Amino acid sequence: MKKPISLKINGTERHAEVEPRTTLLEMIRDQFNLTGAKLGCDIQVCGACTLLLDGKPVSACSVLAVDVDGREVLTIEGLGNKNALHPLQEAFMEFGALQCGYCTSGFILTAKALLDEIPRPTDEQIRDYLAGNFCRCGCYQEIMQAIRNVAKIS
Amino acid sequence: MELADIGRTFRRLDYETKVTGRAQYLADMSVPGMCHGKILRSPLPHARIKHIDTAKALKVPGVLTVITRDDILQDEGIEPYYGPVFKDQTIVAVEKVRHVGDPVAAVAALNSDAAEEALRLIDVEYEELPAVLDVHQALKPGGTLVHESVRIPESGFADLAELKPIEGTNICTHFKLNRGDIQKGFAESDHIFEDTFTLPATQHSFLETHACIASVEPGGRIIVWATTQNPFVVRTQLANIFKVPVSKVRVIVPYLGGGYGGKVYPKVEPITVALAQKAGRPVRVVLAREEVFYTITKHAAVIRMKTGVKKDGTLMARECEIHLDTGAYAEIGPRVAKKSGYTAAGPYKIPNLKIDSYSVYTNKPPAGAFRGFGVSQSAWAVESQMDIIAAALKIDPLELRRQNGYNEGDKFVTEETLRAVGLKECLNEVARSIGWENKERQRDKEIGRQGEAAVRRGKGLACMIKATITPSVSCAVMKLNEDASLSIYTGTVEMGQGSETVLAQIAGKELGIPLQAIQVLGVDTDVVPYDLTTSSSRSTFHMGKAVQLAAQDILNQLKQIVVKEYGVPEDRVTFADGKIRLPETQLDYAEVMFKRFGMQGGTLVGDGQVKTLVKDEFGEKSTSAFWFLAAGAAEVEVDPDTGKFKLIKYATAVDVGKALNPLGCRQQLAGAAITGIGQAMFEEIAYDNGQLINPNLVDYVLPSLGDMPPVIDPICVEVPDRNGPFGAKGIGESALIPVAPAIANAIYDAVAVRIKDLPIKAEKIYLALEDQKGKP
Repeated sequence: MKKPISLKINGTERHAEVEPRTTLLEMIRDQFNLTGAKLGCDIQVCGACTLLLDGKPVSACSVLAVDVDGREVLTIEGLGNKNALHPLQEAFMEFGALQCGYCTSGFILTAKALLDEIPRPTDEQIRDYLAGNFCRCGCYQEIMQAIRNVAKIS
Repeated sequence: MELADIGRTFRRLDYETKVTGRAQYLADMSVPGMCHGKILRSPLPHARIKHIDTAKALKVPGVLTVITRDDILQDEGIEPYYGPVFKDQTIVAVEKVRHVGDPVAAVAALNSDAAEEALRLIDVEYEELPAVLDVHQALKPGGTLVHESVRIPESGFADLAELKPIEGTNICTHFKLNRGDIQKGFAESDHIFEDTFTLPATQHSFLETHACIASVEPGGRIIVWATTQNPFVVRTQLANIFKVPVSKVRVIVPYLGGGYGGKVYPKVEPITVALAQKAGRPVRVVLAREEVFYTITKHAAVIRMKTGVKKDGTLMARECEIHLDTGAYAEIGPRVAKKSGYTAAGPYKIPNLKIDSYSVYTNKPPAGAFRGFGVSQSAWAVESQMDIIAAALKIDPLELRRQNGYNEGDKFVTEETLRAVGLKECLNEVARSIGWENKERQRDKEIGRQGEAAVRRGKGLACMIKATITPSVSCAVMKLNEDASLSIYTGTVEMGQGSETVLAQIAGKELGIPLQAIQVLGVDTDVVPYDLTTSSSRSTFHMGKAVQLAAQDILNQLKQIVVKEYGVPEDRVTFADGKIRLPETQLDYAEVMFKRFGMQGGTLVGDGQVKTLVKDEFGEKSTSAFWFLAAGAAEVEVDPDTGKFKLIKYATAVDVGKALNPLGCRQQLAGAAITGIGQAMFEEIAYDNGQLINPNLVDYVLPSLGDMPPVIDPICVEVPDRNGPFGAKGIGESALIPVAPAIANAIYDAVAVRIKDLPIKAEKIYLALEDQKGKP
């Protein structure tokens, strides 16, 4: 039995019909064709499917689409604008904070939520906040550098 | 626009599409008419299949087709048996299932839910058989056999031709290396050390699981989109299985979400093609996380090492027996075992050797290539025992390595001459980075300050030598377009290592073209020329060279045009910074193109081919086109009351030959080291009676930011290789290999306990410390 929901995706009001068991990740990827968020572990530990829900990072593989009715979702595709990338996207490129790129949208969105909450985080705070995102290529040092750098300049 | 260069960091060409979430990975793609495939897997480690009933599954609304053994056995267009070395794999199980997760049937349906439901409704009747759970059990005479017989392909890899399964046993292959006189070597030694080391199976755990989209056109043309590191090998294997020429198989590879060796050779492709063929429409299969653990793993190993040493530390003799658990199918295990055997002497001159390295069948998921390919197994034993020897002889571990380590021009165990050997430079660099020389002074201070029971610091190091796959072939083609921009066609797969950028840098440097004007095309076997594989850390060296040659081919063509069209003698035409210099003037490439074609149009095609042989171009024996040398050093803090330890710093130095893109090199070094840290400290596939009990990323623990030492120091050492592009060597695997022994050696340095079984966990240190207390 499909249920209609309305939500804001990347600042625009959107409507969808979803099964009660459809996850937020499935809806975003399959119905809205926003494929920057990836399915990695399917059990909320790897961080590849991270989206910002009302500004807070969630594992979209483990959130039901029906539960985001009336709420606001930000995906990697909604970061930055036509003329300029978000400073975190720039910094990830400058410091080499990615290799294969599969974890990248999750890391950037989580880092954005961190900096929105704590504009000048300590290394310890960065480590804690991003402990739920895996980068299997092992760009952790470069990710730290990129986030530190954005915190410093913003 | 700035011209491309080497030796400087350029922003990677794949970055913008990746940071914006626009990069398309396989699971993001679909093709018209596509349906969804799911695989039914064995719940048992070893069983005979008595009966399969698919009637109920076929009635599920939306289900298009089911394939079982009947389909692959009765179809004359399918050769049921395949595998990179031995033909011991089938698309779905035929007589027996040989490991938990072995594919038994597959379903194609209009949506994944219907496919899932159909899987549950397939009835399989099994007759359970005793399972072979580890190498000890596998080797017992008269025990259960995983394979009653194994099919050997008529033509296989030249370097593995001498290796065959031993009939009536579970031994998949036995590699032997003998050198000198082992008895005499031990007789001449003052001390003999004998230890056994073990490592568990681990999993690559790329965040992108294996996936495939396959389409079979009427007439038999096969198109697959694959998450593979070696599209041309997949093409050959599919051509063999489906009995068509390779020209009828097209393999397209998008960006990969990590590979690390776990995406070489066919994985999910054969079953997806079989489904697509029977369904009569394109099928997509995306593996769930759990299925990845059943698809490929890294070899667990048991290594017994006996080494004879002179009083002064000179290594005299080594006898070594390596047993690698290759699981239910050979996959590329025979070569992994061979490489383990070749490196059982480590990067050291040992005149007398008796090495026996086995790949052994068990009823576990298959083990295959993993970054480090057999050497991370052998090095765990070699480098741990080096420190055992150093401690017993009271020689500084760094000195012992310098004393026995390879120098330029030394002979490897194969009796070939080693060239471009930056081993000692790497050792010196990591020793410097962690302050090796202050080790003892620092320790005295720590103990003085904190007293007996305080946290203990320790430092340890390790090094390694590794080979790259040889012989091999890489071909590159490039097009110089009418506006002097460049398109590069290669079969190298961008899986995160930065190959697109490095290949563009090499071409751009040769031709004097800005990176912005260069496009490296994606991999499509219909379009790009042959390349053996994106693995074995070979792409920069081999494909880089092929690209360099193709660029030189274009320069030569431009020169010939100038000679002909402008009447300038050949020896007066030179190139600099993207211009053609003549005695009186200079020309742009675009001008010369215009002259050649009479309009703004036309294409110059450059061709570059690299082949490496077991004899190199100078006529010398060469089982490896170049050699990897690397060292690592760890500093740890151990709590002697609990065994809990922390990694304080890790330094990794790799002889990269020439750092073409320095930031890219440091990423590869630090990244490989972090994978090594995971394997050293917590990664382990756990089994209970043949059941894999942690096939998920909660119970199988990956290193996260919280596990990182405060400092990882990646250091590029540059000892140029005469055959590499601009002197560059491959670097992808080197940094991983020394990590585990370096950490174990640091722990020994801190609390004098020796851990011989990976991973190194606090409880193992605690128990060893307790054990030590009981001794006088």
